[in-house]
Amino acid sequence: MSSLFQEQRDPVGGAVPIRRVSVTVNGERRVADVEPRLLLAHFLRQGLRLTGTHTGCDTTNCGACTVLLDGKPVKSCTVLAVQADGRAVTTVEGLASASELHPLQEGFKDEHGLQCGFCTPGMMLAAKALLDENPNPSEEDVRWALSGNLCRCTGYQNIVKSVLWAAQKLQGLSPQAAENGGSAT
Amino acid sequence: MTALDEIKIGGLGASRKRVEDNRFIRGKGNYTDDIVLPGMLHMEILRSPLAHARIKSIDTSKAWDIPGVHLVLTGEMMATRNLAWMPTLSYDTQAVLATDKVRFQGQEVACVIADDPYVARDGCEAIHVEYEPLPAIVNPTQAVAPDAPIIRDDKTNQADNVIYDWEVGDKEGTDRAFAEADVISKLQLHYPRSHPSPIECCASIADFNRATSKLTVYMTTQAPHIIRAAVAMVAELPEHMIRIVSPDIGGGFGNKVPVYPGYVCSILASILLERPVKWIEDKTGNLISTGFARDVYLTGELALRKDGKVLGVRMHTDADHGAFFSDAQPSKFKIGLMHSTFACYDIPVAHLTARGTYTNKAPGGVAYRCSFRVTEAMFFQERMMQAAANDLGMDQAAFRRMNFVRDDQFPHRTPFGFLLDSGQYAKCLDVGLEAVGYQDFQRQKEEAKARGRLLGIGISTMTEPLGAGNSREYDILGIKMFDSAELRVHMTGKALLRTGAKTQGQGHETTWAQIVAHELGIPAEDVTVEEGDTDTAPFGMGTYASRSTPVAGAAVAMVSRKIRAKARKLAAHLLEVSEEDVEWELGRFYVRSAPDRGVSIQECAMAAYSNMPDGMEPGLEGNAYYDPPNLTWPFACYIVTVEVDPETGVWDVLNVVAVDDCGVRINPMIVEGQIMGGLTEAYAMSNMQFITFDAEGNCVGSNYMDYLLPTAWETPGYELHEVVTPCPHHPIGAKGVGECAAVGGPAAFVNAVMDALRDTGVRNIDMPVLPDRVWEAIQFGRDVSGAPPVKTDE
Repeated sequence: MSSLFQEQRDPVGGAVPIRRVSVTVNGERRVADVEPRLLLAHFLRQGLRLTGTHTGCDTTNCGACTVLLDGKPVKSCTVLAVQADGRAVTTVEGLASASELHPLQEGFKDEHGLQCGFCTPGMMLAAKALLDENPNPSEEDVRWALSGNLCRCTGYQNIVKSVLWAAQKLQGLSPQAAENGGSAT
Repeated sequence: MTALDEIKIGGLGASRKRVEDNRFIRGKGNYTDDIVLPGMLHMEILRSPLAHARIKSIDTSKAWDIPGVHLVLTGEMMATRNLAWMPTLSYDTQAVLATDKVRFQGQEVACVIADDPYVARDGCEAIHVEYEPLPAIVNPTQAVAPDAPIIRDDKTNQADNVIYDWEVGDKEGTDRAFAEADVISKLQLHYPRSHPSPIECCASIADFNRATSKLTVYMTTQAPHIIRAAVAMVAELPEHMIRIVSPDIGGGFGNKVPVYPGYVCSILASILLERPVKWIEDKTGNLISTGFARDVYLTGELALRKDGKVLGVRMHTDADHGAFFSDAQPSKFKIGLMHSTFACYDIPVAHLTARGTYTNKAPGGVAYRCSFRVTEAMFFQERMMQAAANDLGMDQAAFRRMNFVRDDQFPHRTPFGFLLDSGQYAKCLDVGLEAVGYQDFQRQKEEAKARGRLLGIGISTMTEPLGAGNSREYDILGIKMFDSAELRVHMTGKALLRTGAKTQGQGHETTWAQIVAHELGIPAEDVTVEEGDTDTAPFGMGTYASRSTPVAGAAVAMVSRKIRAKARKLAAHLLEVSEEDVEWELGRFYVRSAPDRGVSIQECAMAAYSNMPDGMEPGLEGNAYYDPPNLTWPFACYIVTVEVDPETGVWDVLNVVAVDDCGVRINPMIVEGQIMGGLTEAYAMSNMQFITFDAEGNCVGSNYMDYLLPTAWETPGYELHEVVTPCPHHPIGAKGVGECAAVGGPAAFVNAVMDALRDTGVRNIDMPVLPDRVWEAIQFGRDVSGAPPVKTDE
């Protein structure tokens, strides 16, 4: 693969030490030479062209850049790429298999859990971390687990329903049972 | 033949799942920052740390020395190309890069273009600017003080900080009404400065190709055609050599309507360097420099008869516009559609005066999820109505009901001149009161009071003008506010639809296809919708002010009807009867006298390419430009119940009931999503979300650690209800809806808290109704103002 800053012409006169990192991204080992200051979000977006991870706020508040690092949700805008060295990252591009969507992806579409779509990848990954730990969450559990992720479009109610829908599906239940999870009539 | 089931083909009224979701849930959206062009460079902006200061010198030499830096732009360089200043959407000028002074904290001072964004940022840090600080002005009172420094000393004939003094309505008649009033109810308050703050910030990639002379700009704009016109005029490039592409947008809410300096600088940099230049704004840049909203002070009075009849309205507003008057609004109006206030009430006479001032704050005044200052208009209205009900000792629901424009009064002319065409106001209120259990709640409230608990209920009812134009009264910079649609039906009956609007989450790709399905019987899944590329989309004014369904959506219906008219001729030819003998049902023409003999719309489409009658122009496509005869007037009733903790001032939302009458709903699922989003913005503004300033003009709220937005944890749940009064002039009876809840909602939350505090005698607490403000009001029994400057920690 092409490494992250391979095309640059020695941008700071060779004064900056370049570090080689090896990160397993969505199950595939990726190796790149990076500046130590490179953010994980930019490693994924600019380096690996995995643009489903969005950057919104730069201060760890909005959660649009949420990815899973060894299964735990992190805000990749404030994680350095070198901190991911030797670890595993899951992005939105790793949610679906070749043939089918992850139930969270289905749930977000079915329950109208997104509008502009910008926060959606981060929301789904934060939700995945919740469901991996707690397969049968309450509405309150979902709201708490997603409280590090901001959405400006939906008002969250349908996002909560989407996650409950996915929880039902993952447990082999009929997702319609999640319909009562939010309080919209 | 059985007729098509319109819901099954995804027509009008179907809660069709969204087409655009297929890419978004896979992380395959195409936002501006996702676009990479060969040879692309990156731009960063250096911003002023001071709110008001003279620039003594700018030294860029160290930035130029950094390897990987290609260009450093300053105001001086922009000036040599006549680009240091640009026109605003309100006939003022705005600095692109500062030359003489900086006039607000965060103003653009220089740009660095480099190999990557990290190096560009290094370049910005290497620039040394020497400032001479000047006194900062952070509110309209300071702005008009006798010794106030003149902020806009760049303008000739600007001897003070006043932008306009404007009035509308009948002053003498209003004075008479107040002279005859039994009771005069007065309220003073401030609608604080807020920021639309989409999660995606602004961005552009300018790509000037010297070989073809063509400029392509990928950018986060809600109105690509207006941008094309603006670039043609400002940059003096020929319009046909400019292509604006608005790809997927990560939320707009009015923030992405104006032209910002970053866009202009990326364009100039690309022209100078002959390479694509990408600018991705960071969150602080977005919050402190791009279009804010609100920041209006009100003095409002109602003339009342003892029995509760409102006899007249008198209002004065003082708007803080920041350093440049750049409101996005129709040119006839200075304070947007503020005079749509009190439209839903039958009030004989009204008078509004408005003053706008410059301050050392960011420019903007954008229509943040509202139709040009309508949010302020309805907030003021509903806060005044509650105060008046209390002053009269009347029930707040009964007081509203007795003053509503009645169902039999339409069409109704408001005292400020708007024409209302339809509504069932009392019915909406009744549905809301029933849903919330109004009488029962009043009993609970009394019981709670006996145990020292404070419960409150707030109501907000309003109709608002959405969907500008008509073109007689509404324009942006002289361009009339119509919109457009172009429909191509391919030979196999599949279709491509393009409009002059631009979706940012509203789901146009889904709903426009539903209108085509409704009009032509072509299944929605057979219709592709494209927007946002000025080289392909028909001219339109873009998406904001809830205007897409009222205007572009109407154009979609009208172009579909044109297609149907041509298809009818094709059907007559195929059926070998005269056109007069052909009848239409959804998706099919048939012979009136022999209903079994018919042809589908798909068969007509094939004939348009393979078997058209002699003399008929081949093909099946058309376009429509739609100039609405009037605005649309949705009505809404929002009711909120809260409990206030008297010890801490914290208030919790118990229940939120929303009753929306937005006419015919194209896709009920999407409409409900819009309402819930709007309610959340209403909750945000009432509870936590504001941008304020200290005495030096430092922005408090310049990032998401300080600018609080509600998360899933705080945000309440919503109970939605509907009433349907079709719009009489819209082709499918729809009205605007995207902004109703954000417009009408805030007053319901604030009124609920004020209702809980009614026994304290406090008339007003400014938004956001923070716990410390509530606590202060309870402890000291006084109104609490939120006007800047605020004290900082030091």
